[in-house]
Amino acid sequence: MNNAMKTLTNGILKENPTFALVLGMCPTLATTTSAVNGMSMGLATLFVLVCSNVVISMLKNVIPDKVRIPAFIVVIATFVTMVQLAMQAYLPAIYDVLGLFIPLIVVNCIVLGRAEAFAAKNTVGLSALDGLGMGLGFTLSLTVLGVVREFLGAGTVFGFQLYSSQFAALIFVLAPGAFIALAYMMAAVNKLQKK
Amino acid sequence: MKQLIVAPAPHAHSGDSVRRNMLLVILALMPAYVVSVIEFGWGALITACISVLACVATEYLISRYILKEKRQTIGDLSAVLTGLLLAFNLPSTIDWWIVLIGAVVAIGVGKMSFGGLGQNPFNPALVGRVFLLIAYPAQMTTWPTPQGFSGSYLDAETGATPLYYLKHIVKAGDASVIDQLPSLWDSFLGVMGGSLGEVSAAALILGGICLICCRVITWHIPVAIIATVVCFCACTGFAGALPEGLSTCDYIGYELLSGGLMLGAFFMATDYVTSPMSAWGKIIFGIGIGLLVMVIRTWGNYPEGMSFAILIMNACVPLLNKIRPQRFGEPKK
Repeated sequence: MNNAMKTLTNGILKENPTFALVLGMCPTLATTTSAVNGMSMGLATLFVLVCSNVVISMLKNVIPDKVRIPAFIVVIATFVTMVQLAMQAYLPAIYDVLGLFIPLIVVNCIVLGRAEAFAAKNTVGLSALDGLGMGLGFTLSLTVLGVVREFLGAGTVFGFQLYSSQFAALIFVLAPGAFIALAYMMAAVNKLQKK
Repeated sequence: MKQLIVAPAPHAHSGDSVRRNMLLVILALMPAYVVSVIEFGWGALITACISVLACVATEYLISRYILKEKRQTIGDLSAVLTGLLLAFNLPSTIDWWIVLIGAVVAIGVGKMSFGGLGQNPFNPALVGRVFLLIAYPAQMTTWPTPQGFSGSYLDAETGATPLYYLKHIVKAGDASVIDQLPSLWDSFLGVMGGSLGEVSAAALILGGICLICCRVITWHIPVAIIATVVCFCACTGFAGALPEGLSTCDYIGYELLSGGLMLGAFFMATDYVTSPMSAWGKIIFGIGIGLLVMVIRTWGNYPEGMSFAILIMNACVPLLNKIRPQRFGEPKK
């Protein structure tokens, strides 16, 4: 049980995909223009992570070592297609905003990284927990980054106006602001973890 | 009893210091500042005061309370210079809180995040300016027309800058707005709209020449920038890309005398920390800035590209610093 807890929290804090492993930077920077966008991206990745970890962990003894990467990609791509079609059907507004970044989850380093580093070596249960932990960690950091950028760049948080938008610095919604905000958040996380 | 200090040579100190150099640069900026106060009145005074005070305060607060340094660095006047240069890059009618944000970004993000003076890869004042330009594009591109102390500082009349017209003329090939350009003499003296400190080319050149004579800066960077811009404009003119009614000479004159070109060439690009060390490095650095600024002015979306050009070349400085003089006694390759 202790081991399970450790696997679950590992991804959220100690090996947070964004702040500790620095994986999946492309969707992190590109989709966090608002809190909602960041959270949707995180949740979509979370679903793919859990499902692909479970399936790959189940298939790990059947997949020959030499073709394991293409095999993993096929599994991951299956779930990404499911997410994509589901979002297109039920959440068209968010699907339009995230656009290309949904299919790009296939090549997200976190998903492939966890399949290779964890699911291919561990039991189904632990792999599911690892996927859940990593996915939650990713969702959490994307949501926080989205909140910061939306607050500074548009004066809103999850769409609620907190101060007049004429004071908001547009740069935080654009690409340079993403880099600045991410850099300072990473510095703050490093500082907190050192203590 | 007096202590005997044993130290290796050199023993004589020329009296040169960061503080002295910064002070000289600030003094060299004064003619341009006087012109802008005469032209823009209270706006120029208020904007510069807020900017300088905010920069110094930010540096002090960060180094005292966040970095917990024992020795404070505000005495070296570099924050004062950053504040002044930032103010020079802003329209004089800008809201005070935008100046404040710019100052905090310039010192906090542009300088202290990297470890303070000497560690920053980018010119802090330009980091502040470009941040504001992207964050508050409407306020940052509303320039007042010069009217001295007569008008109220917030409701000043605004108008487009010569560079805006110039871009319209050259890019769209529309010669109908040529009348809107100020005369070349006015551009030289600075009787036109623009950012606070960039309008008077005459005062800036005067200050720049003083700096070169005092050996605070060398001639390489400003000369390389200006020569590149002249060559680029001449090529454009001879290639027949200019519309009827605008001669090549006039075109060169307007490009040189308007916008932030002189301010950037003499005072921003020559910043010690963010420019290359060797003479050839400086010349390549200057040519790069000259080319980039003309590319942005001619084909880019913004009318002015001096700050972007300098920042981009700032990023190349570590590479340009690989050009170094031959070591004494090193065999020739």
